[in-house]
Amino acid sequence: MAISMTDAAINHVARYLEKRGHGKGIRVGVRTSGCSGMAYVLEFIDDIESDDQVFEFGPVHVAIDPKSLLYLDGTELDFVKEGLNEGFKFNNPNVRSECGCGESFNV
Amino acid sequence: MALLQIAEPGQSAAPHERKLAVGIDLGTTNSLAATVRSGEAQTLADINGEHLLPSVAYYAEDGSVEIGSAAMIHAAEDPYNTIISVKRLMGRGVEDVLSFGDELPYRFAPGEGGMPFIETQAGPRSPVQVSADILRALRVRAEQSLDGVLAGAVITVPAYFDDAQRQATKDAARLAGLNVLRLLNEPTAAAVAYGLDQGDEGVIAIYDLGGGTFDISVLRLSRGVFEVLATGGDSALGGDDFDYALARWMLKESGIELEPNAQQARYLTTLARRVKEQLSAEDCVELVLELDGQSQGLSISREQFDSVIEPLVKKTLRACRRALKDAGVSADEVREVVMVGGSTRVPLVRARVGELFGREPHIEIDPDRVVAIGAALQADVLAGNKPDSEMLLLDVIPLSLGLETMGGLVEKVIHRNTAIPVARGQEFTTYQDGQTAMAIHVVQGERELVTDCRSLARFVLRGIPPMAAGAAKIRVTFQIDADGLLSVSAQELSTGIESSIQVKPSYGLTDNEIAGMLKDSFSHAEEDMAARALREQQVEAGRLVDALEAAMAQDGELLDEQETAALSEAITELRNVAGGGDAAAIEAGVQSLAKLSDEFAARRMDKGIQRALQGHRVDELGKELK
Repeated sequence: MAISMTDAAINHVARYLEKRGHGKGIRVGVRTSGCSGMAYVLEFIDDIESDDQVFEFGPVHVAIDPKSLLYLDGTELDFVKEGLNEGFKFNNPNVRSECGCGESFNV
Repeated sequence: MALLQIAEPGQSAAPHERKLAVGIDLGTTNSLAATVRSGEAQTLADINGEHLLPSVAYYAEDGSVEIGSAAMIHAAEDPYNTIISVKRLMGRGVEDVLSFGDELPYRFAPGEGGMPFIETQAGPRSPVQVSADILRALRVRAEQSLDGVLAGAVITVPAYFDDAQRQATKDAARLAGLNVLRLLNEPTAAAVAYGLDQGDEGVIAIYDLGGGTFDISVLRLSRGVFEVLATGGDSALGGDDFDYALARWMLKESGIELEPNAQQARYLTTLARRVKEQLSAEDCVELVLELDGQSQGLSISREQFDSVIEPLVKKTLRACRRALKDAGVSADEVREVVMVGGSTRVPLVRARVGELFGREPHIEIDPDRVVAIGAALQADVLAGNKPDSEMLLLDVIPLSLGLETMGGLVEKVIHRNTAIPVARGQEFTTYQDGQTAMAIHVVQGERELVTDCRSLARFVLRGIPPMAAGAAKIRVTFQIDADGLLSVSAQELSTGIESSIQVKPSYGLTDNEIAGMLKDSFSHAEEDMAARALREQQVEAGRLVDALEAAMAQDGELLDEQETAALSEAITELRNVAGGGDAAAIEAGVQSLAKLSDEFAARRMDKGIQRALQGHRVDELGKELK
């Protein structure tokens, strides 16, 4: 099981990590919440948990807990601009339905 | 799907509960908004990639409004309906605004509460409304950039802004549909952008040279609080003056003789600005001047430019030295110097400021954006996107707040440089027997006499039960919220009756009053002390005379004719002395009258005791005394 990152996403994460000045990488995951069941987690991490699975994309370390990985398998993490807005986007093949705004989803 | 940002550990927001917050630098010339995304503070661009929004509003005949560059196009051909530099009018009264004279081309009409209204073809607009239109443009930009509704904003204001100007700014934000998390002093925001709030304690200088204004602020960071030690500057000196000076020099140097008309002057200053900007990176600029059908090649070196603007730069350095003197610190005590404003890109400015403070000033963050960036960092913390352990920056009040006591004296309740938010209470009492109401007059300033301070508000506490003078206990509480806005309440403690006021500034300010107030309080310290001593003695004399006369009216039969005459004469004499200006003489008069009336007071006390004892048995009294 694995996830992937686009170059744009890697570059932005690397830049933000450098700006932040500390931390071991980022954590991606899912948690139950929201109007449609699940929501993504995207955070800096200062400590890697023992059961985390860690992926390396160039300088960027991505930690995922085993349960989240089930829902994220095959996901591509991208960084996109939409009009004036910009940010990270999960292209997750496991998603069956999303709420209107896409902030939460169902598998 | 919605686009996500990287959160701090454990701070991922639930869907639809992302707390979007922005920092807004509402400037005289330009405004801009910034936000924190994935831990990085960045300013927000409009659709054309422009970050700076010119603080200009154009009011069209059909009632529509244009903001920014679109509005600036109209400035030359339709100055009455194109409002620029509205920040200078914020929180000002009509008279104040008119005293700016020809500087501002607008037609003013007085409005509610003395607030000036600018006549435009779309109808009258107050400075608050114009500012709100500018803020609204930034809010829309931010909501498009962040794809959501803003939870709140931190808006910056100059450190010297008083209560009225802060309130006006806050009103404008509300009108623009913004939830104001906090008003933040501009120099404080600049210091925060450089992370100086997380650094060592010490003195920090913020040198802010914008397009049309210059501000120097001396701050002291201690225990996480930025204290404003002194502010100074020149509200009519900025980078634009560099352009004018260079334009005049270029015309003279070209040998073309003419008195430039408006269009030619604009051509010259535009050219001069370009030369100035190029000379920040290059040592020499070549150009061709085309005026009045003549053309003349010109070569301008950095040295020549430096000598043209040197007098202007020196002027700012003088203001810096003055501010340091006011703050009571020397230049080498300043630990960090932060540069703000586009004109600090000029190499000569950086060099001279560096020499003055003996250290390299901070220039790493774009000086046009540094204030907005600091505000965004604060907004992020205030909106709750950071773990609680992150320090929350505190601000302080710039001028003391107090109230008027008998004799026109100021009793300070909250002293300047107190960290906000804060609430302080103080007990006051009545001055006269049977007094049933008390006027509370709230003032702001450092001086000892009410007449030298600024009046903020008045209200009356009524329904005090009639008691002897000094027996009533009235607790007056001053409360300042995180934005530096004040509410005052007064409560009579025996009955609990209460009265309060939210200080709605009168907008009736006189220019430069606040800026000069601090300085005055130092230069007038001695005469203020003398004035206070005099007023205190006058109040004391008045109190004694009133009390004695009341007593004589009540218990006059305890005095024989001669004694009555002697007391009356002494009272008249004390009244005369109290009308003069000799504090020592009044004090002596008070003492001699007090002595003269001692015997009378003793007789009254005897009479009182006799009256109380009449008809009681001794053992009853014992019980009462237990």
